Amino acid sequence: MSEEVILSVKNLSKSFWGLKALIDVSFDVRKGEIFGIIGPNGSGKTTLINCITGFIKPDSGRVYFKDKEITGLKPHKIAHMGIARTFQIMRPYYSLPAYKNLIIPLWSPRAKKLGGWRGGGKHGDRDTVAVDILEEIGFERDSRVPYKLASTLPTGYQKRLELARSLALRPEIIFCDEVFSGLSMSEIAGMIPLIEKMKMEGITLIMIEHRLRELFRVADRVMVLNFGEKIAEGDPHKVIEDKRVKEAYLGSEHVEV
Amino acid sequence: MDELRKERVDRSLKVRTEGIYAISSMEEIIYLLGPRLLFVVGILILPFLLEAAPYWKRVMSIMCAYAIIAISFDFLSNFVGLVCLGGALFTGVGGYFAAIFNHYLSLPIYFSLPLATLCGAIFCTLVLLPALPLRGVYFAIVTLMYPLLFSRIIEAQNILGGTNGISGIESFPNPYMEQYTVILILVFSLFGMRRFVNEDIGLVFRGVKDNDQAVKASGINVTTIKIYAVFLASVMACFSGAYIAHLYMWAGLSLFALDFSIIPIASTVIGGGGTLIGAVIGSFILVPLSEILRAAGTLRIVIYCVVLTLFILFKSEGLMIYLQRKYHQFERWVKV
Repeated sequence: MSEEVILSVKNLSKSFWGLKALIDVSFDVRKGEIFGIIGPNGSGKTTLINCITGFIKPDSGRVYFKDKEITGLKPHKIAHMGIARTFQIMRPYYSLPAYKNLIIPLWSPRAKKLGGWRGGGKHGDRDTVAVDILEEIGFERDSRVPYKLASTLPTGYQKRLELARSLALRPEIIFCDEVFSGLSMSEIAGMIPLIEKMKMEGITLIMIEHRLRELFRVADRVMVLNFGEKIAEGDPHKVIEDKRVKEAYLGSEHVEV
Repeated sequence: MDELRKERVDRSLKVRTEGIYAISSMEEIIYLLGPRLLFVVGILILPFLLEAAPYWKRVMSIMCAYAIIAISFDFLSNFVGLVCLGGALFTGVGGYFAAIFNHYLSLPIYFSLPLATLCGAIFCTLVLLPALPLRGVYFAIVTLMYPLLFSRIIEAQNILGGTNGISGIESFPNPYMEQYTVILILVFSLFGMRRFVNEDIGLVFRGVKDNDQAVKASGINVTTIKIYAVFLASVMACFSGAYIAHLYMWAGLSLFALDFSIIPIASTVIGGGGTLIGAVIGSFILVPLSEILRAAGTLRIVIYCVVLTLFILFKSEGLMIYLQRKYHQFERWVKV
Protein backbone atom coordinates (compact mmCIF):
# COMPACT_ATOMS: atom_id res chain seq x y z
CA MET A 1 0.00 0.00 0.00
CA SER A 2 1.34 3.40 -0.92
CA GLU A 3 1.58 6.29 1.47
CA GLU A 4 0.00 8.65 -1.06
CA VAL A 5 -2.96 10.46 0.44
CA ILE A 6 -5.98 10.32 -1.88
CA LEU A 7 -8.59 11.99 0.29
CA SER A 8 -7.91 14.53 2.96
CA VAL A 9 -10.56 15.95 5.27
CA LYS A 10 -9.66 18.96 7.37
CA ASN A 11 -11.67 20.34 10.31
CA LEU A 12 -15.07 19.44 8.91
CA SER A 13 -18.01 20.72 10.97
CA LYS A 14 -21.73 20.55 10.41
CA SER A 15 -24.67 21.35 12.65
CA PHE A 16 -28.39 20.96 12.09
CA TRP A 17 -30.35 23.64 13.93
CA GLY A 18 -27.88 23.73 16.79
CA LEU A 19 -27.37 19.98 16.95
CA LYS A 20 -23.69 19.47 16.28
CA ALA A 21 -23.49 16.50 13.95
CA LEU A 22 -19.80 16.86 13.11
CA ILE A 23 -17.21 18.73 15.15
CA ASP A 24 -13.81 19.48 13.64
CA VAL A 25 -13.33 16.10 12.03
CA SER A 26 -9.99 15.62 10.23
CA PHE A 27 -8.52 12.51 8.66
CA ASP A 28 -6.49 11.31 5.69
CA VAL A 29 -7.19 8.27 3.57
CA ARG A 30 -4.33 6.63 1.69
CA LYS A 31 -4.62 5.38 -1.85
CA GLY A 32 -5.70 1.77 -2.08
CA GLU A 33 -6.52 1.14 1.57
CA ILE A 34 -9.72 0.08 3.25
CA PHE A 35 -10.61 2.72 5.78
CA GLY A 36 -13.35 1.98 8.28
CA ILE A 37 -15.50 4.57 10.01
CA ILE A 38 -17.27 3.27 13.09
CA GLY A 39 -19.24 4.78 15.92
CA PRO A 40 -22.53 4.39 17.76
CA ASN A 41 -25.86 5.34 16.20
CA GLY A 42 -26.16 9.06 15.60
CA SER A 43 -22.45 9.70 15.85
CA GLY A 44 -22.38 11.44 12.47
CA LYS A 45 -21.00 8.77 10.16
CA THR A 46 -23.54 9.17 7.39
CA THR A 47 -23.48 12.96 7.75
CA LEU A 48 -19.74 12.78 7.19
CA ILE A 49 -20.21 10.83 3.96
CA ASN A 50 -22.91 13.22 2.84
CA CYS A 51 -20.63 16.20 3.48
CA ILE A 52 -17.74 14.68 1.56
CA THR A 53 -19.82 13.53 -1.42
CA GLY A 54 -21.62 16.86 -1.71
CA PHE A 55 -25.14 15.83 -0.68
CA ILE A 56 -24.88 18.18 2.34
CA LYS A 57 -22.84 21.38 2.46
CA PRO A 58 -20.54 21.45 5.51
CA ASP A 59 -20.56 24.57 7.71
CA SER A 60 -16.80 24.77 7.80
CA GLY A 61 -13.75 22.73 6.94
CA ARG A 62 -12.26 21.52 3.70
CA VAL A 63 -12.14 18.33 1.70
CA TYR A 64 -9.32 17.57 -0.75
CA PHE A 65 -9.38 14.79 -3.31
CA LYS A 66 -5.94 14.18 -4.82
CA ASP A 67 -4.89 17.66 -3.65
CA LYS A 68 -7.82 19.34 -5.36
CA GLU A 69 -10.40 21.01 -3.15
CA ILE A 70 -13.88 19.54 -3.57
CA THR A 71 -15.62 21.14 -0.60
CA GLY A 72 -19.19 22.17 -1.40
CA LEU A 73 -19.18 20.98 -5.03
CA LYS A 74 -22.41 19.51 -6.41
CA PRO A 75 -22.79 15.72 -5.89
CA HIS A 76 -22.66 14.96 -9.61
CA LYS A 77 -19.43 16.94 -10.00
CA ILE A 78 -17.82 15.02 -7.15
CA ALA A 79 -19.04 11.69 -8.52
CA HIS A 80 -17.69 12.69 -11.92
CA MET A 81 -14.21 13.10 -10.40
CA GLY A 82 -14.30 9.49 -9.26
CA ILE A 83 -15.88 9.36 -5.82
CA ALA A 84 -18.76 6.88 -5.76
CA ARG A 85 -21.02 5.98 -2.86
CA THR A 86 -23.65 3.51 -1.85
CA PHE A 87 -26.69 4.40 0.20
CA GLN A 88 -27.46 3.05 3.63
CA ILE A 89 -31.12 2.73 2.78
CA MET A 90 -30.98 0.71 -0.41
CA ARG A 91 -32.32 2.67 -3.29
CA PRO A 92 -32.29 0.64 -6.48
CA TYR A 93 -34.20 1.99 -9.46
CA TYR A 94 -37.28 0.00 -8.53
CA SER A 95 -39.04 0.01 -11.88
CA LEU A 96 -36.02 -1.27 -13.80
CA PRO A 97 -34.58 -4.80 -14.04
CA ALA A 98 -31.37 -5.26 -12.03
CA TYR A 99 -28.98 -5.06 -14.97
CA LYS A 100 -30.72 -1.96 -16.33
CA ASN A 101 -29.89 -0.27 -13.01
CA LEU A 102 -26.29 -0.18 -14.18
CA ILE A 103 -27.10 1.52 -17.46
CA ILE A 104 -27.53 4.83 -15.65
CA PRO A 105 -23.98 5.02 -14.21
CA LEU A 106 -22.66 3.50 -17.45
CA TRP A 107 -24.36 6.32 -19.35
CA SER A 108 -22.78 8.99 -17.13
CA PRO A 109 -20.14 11.29 -18.64
CA ARG A 110 -17.44 9.67 -16.52
CA ALA A 111 -18.18 6.13 -17.68
CA LYS A 112 -18.54 7.33 -21.26
CA LYS A 113 -15.04 8.74 -20.99
CA LEU A 114 -13.39 5.83 -19.16
CA GLY A 115 -15.72 2.89 -19.67
CA GLY A 116 -17.27 0.93 -16.80
CA TRP A 117 -15.29 -1.14 -14.32
CA ARG A 118 -12.03 -2.18 -16.11
CA GLY A 119 -12.94 -0.02 -19.05
CA GLY A 120 -15.62 -2.14 -20.72
CA GLY A 121 -18.56 -0.51 -22.40
CA LYS A 122 -16.79 2.63 -23.48
CA HIS A 123 -18.11 2.32 -26.99
CA GLY A 124 -19.76 -1.06 -26.80
CA ASP A 125 -23.04 -2.46 -25.72
CA ARG A 126 -23.89 -1.22 -22.24
CA ASP A 127 -26.27 -4.12 -21.53
CA THR A 128 -23.45 -6.63 -21.91
CA VAL A 129 -21.09 -4.63 -19.71
CA ALA A 130 -23.83 -4.29 -17.11
CA VAL A 131 -24.32 -8.05 -16.93
CA ASP A 132 -20.51 -8.50 -16.81
CA ILE A 133 -20.26 -6.22 -13.80
CA LEU A 134 -23.19 -7.95 -12.10
CA GLU A 135 -21.53 -11.31 -12.68
CA GLU A 136 -18.33 -10.09 -11.03
CA ILE A 137 -20.30 -8.90 -8.06
CA GLY A 138 -22.05 -12.21 -7.55
CA PHE A 139 -25.15 -12.33 -9.74
CA GLU A 140 -25.26 -15.63 -11.59
CA ARG A 141 -25.13 -14.71 -15.24
CA ASP A 142 -27.27 -17.52 -16.56
CA SER A 143 -29.89 -17.39 -13.85
CA ARG A 144 -32.88 -15.09 -13.99
CA VAL A 145 -31.55 -12.91 -11.17
CA PRO A 146 -29.85 -10.16 -13.19
CA TYR A 147 -33.02 -9.75 -15.23
CA LYS A 148 -35.49 -9.51 -12.38
CA LEU A 149 -37.01 -6.21 -11.35
CA ALA A 150 -34.73 -4.53 -8.83
CA SER A 151 -37.63 -4.16 -6.39
CA THR A 152 -38.14 -7.94 -6.27
CA LEU A 153 -34.54 -8.81 -5.41
CA PRO A 154 -33.71 -10.09 -1.92
CA THR A 155 -31.75 -7.78 0.41
CA GLY A 156 -28.40 -9.44 -0.25
CA TYR A 157 -28.68 -8.84 -3.95
CA GLN A 158 -29.90 -5.28 -3.47
CA LYS A 159 -26.78 -4.55 -1.41
CA ARG A 160 -24.64 -6.08 -4.15
CA LEU A 161 -26.53 -4.03 -6.71
CA GLU A 162 -25.65 -0.86 -4.78
CA LEU A 163 -21.98 -1.83 -4.96
CA ALA A 164 -22.24 -2.78 -8.63
CA ARG A 165 -23.83 0.58 -9.40
CA SER A 166 -20.92 2.45 -7.85
CA LEU A 167 -18.41 0.17 -9.60
CA ALA A 168 -20.00 0.91 -12.96
CA LEU A 169 -18.86 4.51 -12.51
CA ARG A 170 -15.26 3.24 -12.44
CA PRO A 171 -14.46 5.17 -9.30
CA GLU A 172 -11.21 5.73 -7.43
CA ILE A 173 -12.93 5.87 -4.06
CA ILE A 174 -16.12 4.13 -2.97
CA PHE A 175 -17.93 5.13 0.19
CA CYS A 176 -19.81 2.07 1.42
CA ASP A 177 -22.55 3.04 3.82
CA GLU A 178 -23.29 -0.09 5.86
CA VAL A 179 -23.09 -2.69 3.12
CA PHE A 180 -23.08 -5.52 5.68
CA SER A 181 -26.10 -4.46 7.72
CA GLY A 182 -29.18 -6.58 7.37
CA LEU A 183 -27.26 -9.45 5.80
CA SER A 184 -26.92 -12.98 7.13
CA MET A 185 -23.52 -14.36 8.14
CA SER A 186 -23.25 -16.37 4.93
CA GLU A 187 -24.19 -13.39 2.79
CA ILE A 188 -21.49 -11.33 4.50
CA ALA A 189 -19.02 -14.14 3.95
CA GLY A 190 -19.88 -13.84 0.27
CA MET A 191 -19.38 -10.07 0.27
CA ILE A 192 -15.93 -10.04 1.87
CA PRO A 193 -14.10 -11.52 -1.16
CA LEU A 194 -15.80 -8.87 -3.31
CA ILE A 195 -14.48 -6.12 -1.06
CA GLU A 196 -11.00 -7.64 -1.20
CA LYS A 197 -11.24 -7.94 -4.97
CA MET A 198 -12.07 -4.26 -5.29
CA LYS A 199 -9.08 -3.43 -3.13
CA MET A 200 -6.90 -5.56 -5.43
CA GLU A 201 -8.19 -3.52 -8.35
CA GLY A 202 -6.74 -0.46 -6.66
CA ILE A 203 -10.00 1.10 -5.48
CA THR A 204 -9.88 2.92 -2.17
CA LEU A 205 -12.77 1.87 0.05
CA ILE A 206 -14.18 3.88 2.91
CA MET A 207 -16.58 1.71 4.87
CA ILE A 208 -19.08 2.79 7.45
CA GLU A 209 -20.03 -0.24 9.43
CA HIS A 210 -21.72 -1.51 12.55
CA ARG A 211 -20.61 -5.09 12.05
CA LEU A 212 -17.17 -4.69 13.63
CA ARG A 213 -16.02 -8.29 13.50
CA GLU A 214 -16.55 -8.44 9.73
CA LEU A 215 -15.16 -4.96 9.13
CA PHE A 216 -11.97 -5.70 11.05
CA ARG A 217 -11.30 -8.68 8.81
CA VAL A 218 -10.82 -6.35 5.85
CA ALA A 219 -10.04 -2.85 7.17
CA ASP A 220 -6.49 -1.51 7.20
CA ARG A 221 -7.29 1.40 9.49
CA VAL A 222 -10.39 2.61 11.27
CA MET A 223 -11.60 5.87 12.72
CA VAL A 224 -14.07 6.13 15.58
CA LEU A 225 -16.69 8.88 15.79
CA ASN A 226 -18.72 9.70 18.88
CA PHE A 227 -21.24 12.54 19.01
CA GLY A 228 -19.66 14.05 15.91
CA GLU A 229 -16.11 14.00 17.24
CA LYS A 230 -13.23 11.81 16.19
CA ILE A 231 -12.05 9.96 19.27
CA ALA A 232 -9.58 7.49 17.83
CA GLU A 233 -7.88 6.43 14.62
CA GLY A 234 -5.45 3.72 13.63
CA ASP A 235 -5.05 -0.04 13.51
CA PRO A 236 -8.45 -1.65 14.12
CA HIS A 237 -7.32 -3.99 16.87
CA LYS A 238 -5.45 -1.26 18.72
CA VAL A 239 -8.26 1.25 18.35
CA ILE A 240 -10.73 -1.12 19.93
CA GLU A 241 -8.53 -1.42 23.03
CA ASP A 242 -8.63 2.36 23.50
CA LYS A 243 -10.43 3.21 26.72
CA ARG A 244 -12.47 6.08 25.27
CA VAL A 245 -13.62 3.89 22.40
CA LYS A 246 -14.67 1.12 24.73
CA GLU A 247 -16.63 3.52 26.87
CA ALA A 248 -18.24 5.52 24.11
CA TYR A 249 -18.88 2.95 21.52
CA LEU A 250 -19.12 -0.41 23.14
CA GLY A 251 -20.17 0.66 26.61
CA SER A 252 -18.78 -2.49 28.19
CA GLU A 253 -15.51 -3.87 29.47
CA HIS A 254 -16.16 -7.26 27.93
CA VAL A 255 -15.21 -6.77 24.35
CA GLU A 256 -14.09 -9.61 22.19
CA VAL A 257 -12.92 -9.03 18.69
CA MET B 1 -66.23 -28.78 -1.68
CA ASP B 2 -62.98 -27.79 -3.27
CA GLU B 3 -62.12 -24.18 -3.34
CA LEU B 4 -61.00 -22.74 -6.62
CA ARG B 5 -58.25 -20.26 -7.19
CA LYS B 6 -57.47 -18.34 -10.33
CA GLU B 7 -53.98 -19.01 -11.60
CA ARG B 8 -52.17 -16.75 -14.00
CA VAL B 9 -49.43 -18.01 -16.28
CA ASP B 10 -47.28 -15.82 -18.50
CA ARG B 11 -47.26 -16.66 -22.16
CA SER B 12 -43.86 -18.10 -22.92
CA LEU B 13 -42.99 -15.55 -25.56
CA LYS B 14 -41.40 -13.15 -23.15
CA VAL B 15 -37.78 -13.91 -22.49
CA ARG B 16 -36.16 -12.93 -19.24
CA THR B 17 -37.06 -9.29 -19.31
CA GLU B 18 -39.24 -6.57 -20.69
CA GLY B 19 -39.15 -6.00 -24.40
CA ILE B 20 -37.21 -9.10 -25.44
CA TYR B 21 -39.21 -11.80 -27.19
CA ALA B 22 -38.38 -15.15 -28.72
CA ILE B 23 -40.41 -15.40 -31.88
CA SER B 24 -40.55 -18.67 -33.74
CA SER B 25 -43.70 -18.61 -35.82
CA MET B 26 -45.99 -16.40 -37.85
CA GLU B 27 -48.64 -16.75 -35.17
CA GLU B 28 -46.34 -15.24 -32.60
CA ILE B 29 -45.45 -12.36 -34.88
CA ILE B 30 -49.13 -11.65 -35.32
CA TYR B 31 -49.65 -11.98 -31.58
CA LEU B 32 -47.05 -9.28 -30.96
CA LEU B 33 -47.78 -6.99 -33.88
CA GLY B 34 -51.56 -7.41 -33.82
CA PRO B 35 -52.46 -4.82 -31.19
CA ARG B 36 -50.00 -2.29 -32.59
CA LEU B 37 -51.25 -2.72 -36.16
CA LEU B 38 -54.85 -2.60 -35.02
CA PHE B 39 -54.24 0.76 -33.41
CA VAL B 40 -52.26 2.29 -36.29
CA VAL B 41 -54.51 1.03 -39.08
CA GLY B 42 -57.62 1.85 -37.06
CA ILE B 43 -56.63 5.43 -36.46
CA LEU B 44 -55.55 5.89 -40.09
CA ILE B 45 -58.85 4.75 -41.59
CA LEU B 46 -61.11 6.32 -38.97
CA PRO B 47 -61.37 9.66 -40.84
CA PHE B 48 -62.84 7.80 -43.85
CA LEU B 49 -65.39 6.03 -41.66
CA LEU B 50 -66.43 9.39 -40.24
CA GLU B 51 -66.81 10.92 -43.73
CA ALA B 52 -70.56 11.25 -43.26
CA ALA B 53 -70.25 13.07 -39.94
CA PRO B 54 -68.08 16.18 -40.29
CA TYR B 55 -68.81 17.15 -36.69
CA TRP B 56 -67.28 13.91 -35.42
CA LYS B 57 -64.30 14.37 -37.70
CA ARG B 58 -63.64 17.60 -35.86
CA VAL B 59 -64.07 15.80 -32.52
CA MET B 60 -61.57 13.22 -33.67
CA SER B 61 -58.96 15.89 -34.41
CA ILE B 62 -59.44 17.41 -30.96
CA MET B 63 -59.29 13.93 -29.44
CA CYS B 64 -55.92 13.29 -31.09
CA ALA B 65 -54.62 16.66 -29.92
CA TYR B 66 -55.66 15.78 -26.36
CA ALA B 67 -54.01 12.36 -26.74
CA ILE B 68 -50.70 14.02 -27.56
CA ILE B 69 -50.98 16.21 -24.45
CA ALA B 70 -51.80 13.08 -22.45
CA ILE B 71 -48.67 11.31 -23.75
CA SER B 72 -46.65 14.32 -22.71
CA PHE B 73 -48.23 14.23 -19.22
CA ASP B 74 -47.72 10.48 -18.88
CA PHE B 75 -44.08 10.81 -19.93
CA LEU B 76 -43.34 13.62 -17.48
CA SER B 77 -45.16 12.11 -14.52
CA ASN B 78 -44.52 8.39 -14.89
CA PHE B 79 -41.10 8.36 -16.52
CA VAL B 80 -39.40 11.44 -15.07
CA GLY B 81 -41.41 11.91 -11.87
CA LEU B 82 -42.47 15.49 -12.62
CA VAL B 83 -46.24 15.61 -12.08
CA CYS B 84 -47.23 18.66 -14.07
CA LEU B 85 -50.73 19.90 -13.29
CA GLY B 86 -50.39 22.80 -15.70
CA GLY B 87 -50.69 21.14 -19.09
CA ALA B 88 -52.66 24.19 -20.21
CA LEU B 89 -49.44 26.20 -20.04
CA PHE B 90 -48.14 24.27 -23.05
CA THR B 91 -51.32 24.49 -25.11
CA GLY B 92 -51.75 28.18 -24.32
CA VAL B 93 -48.18 29.09 -25.16
CA GLY B 94 -48.21 26.94 -28.30
CA GLY B 95 -51.51 28.45 -29.43
CA TYR B 96 -50.49 32.04 -28.84
CA PHE B 97 -47.15 31.51 -30.59
CA ALA B 98 -49.04 30.12 -33.59
CA ALA B 99 -51.23 33.23 -33.53
CA ILE B 100 -48.22 35.53 -33.31
CA PHE B 101 -46.40 33.85 -36.18
CA ASN B 102 -49.47 33.48 -38.38
CA HIS B 103 -51.48 36.59 -37.59
CA TYR B 104 -48.93 39.24 -36.68
CA LEU B 105 -45.97 38.02 -38.74
CA SER B 106 -48.14 36.63 -41.57
CA LEU B 107 -46.18 33.38 -41.88
CA PRO B 108 -48.05 30.60 -43.71
CA ILE B 109 -49.32 27.66 -41.67
CA TYR B 110 -46.47 25.39 -42.85
CA PHE B 111 -44.08 27.64 -40.98
CA SER B 112 -46.18 28.88 -38.10
CA LEU B 113 -47.14 25.42 -36.86
CA PRO B 114 -43.60 24.00 -36.51
CA LEU B 115 -42.17 27.34 -35.41
CA ALA B 116 -44.84 27.73 -32.73
CA THR B 117 -44.12 24.17 -31.54
CA LEU B 118 -40.41 24.83 -31.24
CA CYS B 119 -40.52 28.37 -29.83
CA GLY B 120 -43.35 27.43 -27.48
CA ALA B 121 -41.33 24.51 -26.16
CA ILE B 122 -38.27 26.68 -25.59
CA PHE B 123 -40.42 29.33 -23.90
CA CYS B 124 -42.17 26.78 -21.63
CA THR B 125 -38.87 25.14 -20.67
CA LEU B 126 -37.43 28.53 -19.75
CA VAL B 127 -40.37 29.57 -17.58
CA LEU B 128 -40.41 26.17 -15.86
CA LEU B 129 -36.69 26.32 -15.04
CA PRO B 130 -37.17 27.85 -11.57
CA ALA B 131 -39.61 25.05 -10.66
CA LEU B 132 -37.32 22.18 -11.67
CA PRO B 133 -35.47 21.71 -8.38
CA LEU B 134 -38.88 21.06 -6.76
CA ARG B 135 -40.16 17.54 -6.37
CA GLY B 136 -43.48 15.80 -5.97
CA VAL B 137 -46.47 17.81 -4.83
CA TYR B 138 -44.51 21.09 -4.75
CA PHE B 139 -43.74 20.89 -8.44
CA ALA B 140 -47.38 19.96 -9.10
CA ILE B 141 -48.74 23.01 -7.26
CA VAL B 142 -46.33 25.45 -8.86
CA THR B 143 -47.08 24.18 -12.36
CA LEU B 144 -50.82 24.45 -11.68
CA MET B 145 -50.27 28.16 -11.20
CA TYR B 146 -48.47 28.85 -14.49
CA PRO B 147 -51.45 28.79 -16.92
CA LEU B 148 -53.45 30.97 -14.52
CA LEU B 149 -50.57 33.41 -14.35
CA PHE B 150 -50.30 33.79 -18.11
CA SER B 151 -54.02 34.14 -18.73
CA ARG B 152 -54.21 36.83 -16.01
CA ILE B 153 -51.27 38.71 -17.55
CA ILE B 154 -52.92 38.68 -20.98
CA GLU B 155 -56.24 39.76 -19.47
CA ALA B 156 -54.84 42.51 -17.24
CA GLN B 157 -52.42 43.97 -19.75
CA ASN B 158 -54.88 43.57 -22.62
CA ILE B 159 -52.10 42.29 -24.85
CA LEU B 160 -52.40 39.68 -27.61
CA GLY B 161 -56.05 40.48 -28.16
CA GLY B 162 -56.92 40.57 -24.48
CA THR B 163 -60.11 38.74 -23.57
CA ASN B 164 -61.27 38.63 -27.19
CA GLY B 165 -58.31 36.61 -28.30
CA ILE B 166 -56.76 36.65 -31.74
CA SER B 167 -59.02 35.55 -34.57
CA GLY B 168 -58.35 35.09 -38.24
CA ILE B 169 -55.64 32.48 -37.90
CA GLU B 170 -55.16 30.55 -41.12
CA SER B 171 -56.84 27.16 -41.16
CA PHE B 172 -55.59 24.01 -42.85
CA PRO B 173 -55.84 24.00 -46.66
CA ASN B 174 -58.03 20.89 -46.72
CA PRO B 175 -59.75 18.56 -44.24
CA TYR B 176 -57.36 15.67 -44.92
CA MET B 177 -54.32 17.79 -44.13
CA GLU B 178 -56.11 18.89 -40.98
CA GLN B 179 -56.77 15.34 -39.78
CA TYR B 180 -53.67 13.51 -40.92
CA THR B 181 -51.28 16.14 -39.54
CA VAL B 182 -52.45 15.43 -36.02
CA ILE B 183 -52.88 11.68 -36.55
CA LEU B 184 -49.37 11.23 -37.91
CA ILE B 185 -47.85 13.36 -35.17
CA LEU B 186 -49.78 11.31 -32.60
CA VAL B 187 -48.58 7.97 -33.99
CA PHE B 188 -45.06 9.31 -34.26
CA SER B 189 -45.04 10.67 -30.67
CA LEU B 190 -46.53 7.49 -29.27
CA PHE B 191 -44.11 5.04 -30.87
CA GLY B 192 -41.23 7.49 -30.63
CA MET B 193 -41.70 7.94 -26.89
CA ARG B 194 -42.17 4.21 -26.31
CA ARG B 195 -38.85 3.65 -28.01
CA PHE B 196 -37.21 6.53 -26.22
CA VAL B 197 -38.06 5.45 -22.66
CA ASN B 198 -36.41 2.07 -23.27
CA GLU B 199 -33.22 3.48 -24.76
CA ASP B 200 -30.25 4.03 -22.46
CA ILE B 201 -30.94 7.76 -22.12
CA GLY B 202 -34.59 6.98 -21.42
CA LEU B 203 -33.49 4.75 -18.54
CA VAL B 204 -31.65 7.72 -17.08
CA PHE B 205 -34.92 9.69 -17.17
CA ARG B 206 -36.67 6.82 -15.38
CA GLY B 207 -33.83 6.70 -12.89
CA VAL B 208 -34.56 10.32 -11.99
CA LYS B 209 -38.11 9.28 -11.17
CA ASP B 210 -37.15 6.26 -9.07
CA ASN B 211 -34.27 7.83 -7.20
CA ASP B 212 -32.71 11.12 -8.18
CA GLN B 213 -30.10 10.93 -5.39
CA ALA B 214 -28.56 7.82 -6.94
CA VAL B 215 -28.52 9.48 -10.36
CA LYS B 216 -26.56 12.37 -8.82
CA ALA B 217 -24.22 9.86 -7.17
CA SER B 218 -23.60 8.44 -10.65
CA GLY B 219 -22.15 11.72 -11.79
CA ILE B 220 -25.14 12.86 -13.84
CA ASN B 221 -26.60 16.34 -13.50
CA VAL B 222 -30.25 15.74 -12.62
CA THR B 223 -31.34 19.28 -13.47
CA THR B 224 -30.02 18.92 -17.03
CA ILE B 225 -31.95 15.69 -17.42
CA LYS B 226 -35.12 17.38 -16.16
CA ILE B 227 -34.62 20.24 -18.62
CA TYR B 228 -34.40 17.77 -21.52
CA ALA B 229 -37.51 16.01 -20.25
CA VAL B 230 -39.56 19.19 -19.91
CA PHE B 231 -38.45 20.30 -23.37
CA LEU B 232 -39.52 17.00 -24.92
CA ALA B 233 -42.89 17.11 -23.17
CA SER B 234 -43.37 20.77 -24.15
CA VAL B 235 -42.67 20.03 -27.80
CA MET B 236 -45.53 17.55 -27.88
CA ALA B 237 -48.03 19.60 -25.89
CA CYS B 238 -47.14 22.91 -27.61
CA PHE B 239 -47.77 21.24 -30.95
CA SER B 240 -51.27 20.37 -29.73
CA GLY B 241 -51.84 23.95 -28.64
CA ALA B 242 -50.65 25.38 -31.95
CA TYR B 243 -52.71 22.80 -33.82
CA ILE B 244 -55.87 23.63 -31.90
CA ALA B 245 -55.33 27.36 -32.56
CA HIS B 246 -55.07 26.67 -36.29
CA LEU B 247 -58.04 24.29 -36.13
CA TYR B 248 -60.33 26.84 -34.46
CA MET B 249 -58.68 29.68 -36.40
CA TRP B 250 -58.57 31.45 -33.07
CA ALA B 251 -56.28 31.75 -30.07
CA GLY B 252 -57.77 32.98 -26.84
CA LEU B 253 -57.71 32.67 -23.10
CA SER B 254 -59.56 29.35 -23.23
CA LEU B 255 -56.33 27.77 -24.48
CA PHE B 256 -55.10 28.29 -20.93
CA ALA B 257 -58.28 26.70 -19.53
CA LEU B 258 -58.24 23.98 -16.91
CA ASP B 259 -59.58 21.45 -19.45
CA PHE B 260 -56.17 21.14 -21.06
CA SER B 261 -54.60 20.39 -17.69
CA ILE B 262 -57.25 18.04 -16.31
CA ILE B 263 -58.50 15.90 -19.22
CA PRO B 264 -55.00 14.59 -20.08
CA ILE B 265 -54.49 13.68 -16.42
CA ALA B 266 -57.86 11.94 -16.23
CA SER B 267 -57.05 10.13 -19.49
CA THR B 268 -53.76 8.89 -18.07
CA VAL B 269 -55.48 7.71 -14.90
CA ILE B 270 -58.22 5.72 -16.61
CA GLY B 271 -55.92 4.50 -19.39
CA GLY B 272 -53.17 3.37 -17.05
CA GLY B 273 -50.16 5.49 -16.17
CA GLY B 274 -46.75 4.53 -17.43
CA THR B 275 -47.95 2.78 -20.58
CA LEU B 276 -48.16 5.83 -22.91
CA ILE B 277 -50.73 4.02 -25.07
CA GLY B 278 -53.00 4.07 -22.01
CA ALA B 279 -52.99 7.85 -22.05
CA VAL B 280 -54.02 7.80 -25.71
CA ILE B 281 -56.82 5.26 -25.15
CA GLY B 282 -57.97 7.33 -22.17
CA SER B 283 -58.37 10.45 -24.28
CA PHE B 284 -60.13 8.41 -26.98
CA ILE B 285 -62.71 7.56 -24.33
CA LEU B 286 -62.99 10.82 -22.42
CA VAL B 287 -63.05 13.37 -25.23
CA PRO B 288 -65.88 11.76 -27.27
CA LEU B 289 -67.69 11.02 -24.02
CA SER B 290 -67.70 14.67 -23.07
CA GLU B 291 -69.03 15.48 -26.57
CA ILE B 292 -71.85 12.94 -26.28
CA LEU B 293 -72.71 14.32 -22.88
CA ARG B 294 -73.25 17.80 -24.29
CA ALA B 295 -76.79 16.57 -24.95
CA ALA B 296 -77.25 16.10 -21.21
CA GLY B 297 -76.80 19.80 -20.60
CA THR B 298 -75.78 20.71 -17.08
CA LEU B 299 -75.89 17.08 -15.98
CA ARG B 300 -72.88 16.54 -18.24
CA ILE B 301 -70.32 17.20 -15.57
CA VAL B 302 -72.15 14.92 -13.11
CA ILE B 303 -72.17 11.98 -15.53
CA TYR B 304 -68.57 12.67 -16.42
CA CYS B 305 -67.62 12.52 -12.75
CA VAL B 306 -69.55 9.29 -12.23
CA VAL B 307 -67.74 7.63 -15.13
CA LEU B 308 -64.38 8.75 -13.78
CA THR B 309 -65.24 7.56 -10.28
CA LEU B 310 -66.34 4.17 -11.58
CA PHE B 311 -63.08 3.76 -13.45
CA ILE B 312 -61.04 4.69 -10.41
CA LEU B 313 -63.08 2.39 -8.15
CA PHE B 314 -63.15 -0.68 -10.35
CA LYS B 315 -60.14 -0.37 -12.65
CA SER B 316 -57.80 1.78 -10.62
CA GLU B 317 -54.74 0.22 -12.28
CA GLY B 318 -55.91 1.66 -15.58
CA LEU B 319 -57.64 0.10 -18.55
CA MET B 320 -54.47 -0.57 -20.52
CA ILE B 321 -52.60 -2.33 -17.73
CA TYR B 322 -55.65 -4.54 -17.22
CA LEU B 323 -55.89 -5.34 -20.93
CA GLN B 324 -52.17 -6.00 -21.24
CA ARG B 325 -52.35 -8.47 -18.39
CA LYS B 326 -55.30 -10.26 -19.98
CA TYR B 327 -53.46 -10.39 -23.28
CA HIS B 328 -50.10 -11.58 -22.02
CA GLN B 329 -51.27 -14.16 -19.47
CA PHE B 330 -53.36 -17.28 -19.51
CA GLU B 331 -55.84 -17.61 -16.72
CA ARG B 332 -57.25 -20.85 -15.41
CA TRP B 333 -59.06 -22.08 -12.35
CA VAL B 334 -57.17 -24.53 -10.20
CA LYS B 335 -58.13 -26.42 -7.06
CA VAL B 336 -56.57 -25.10 -3.90
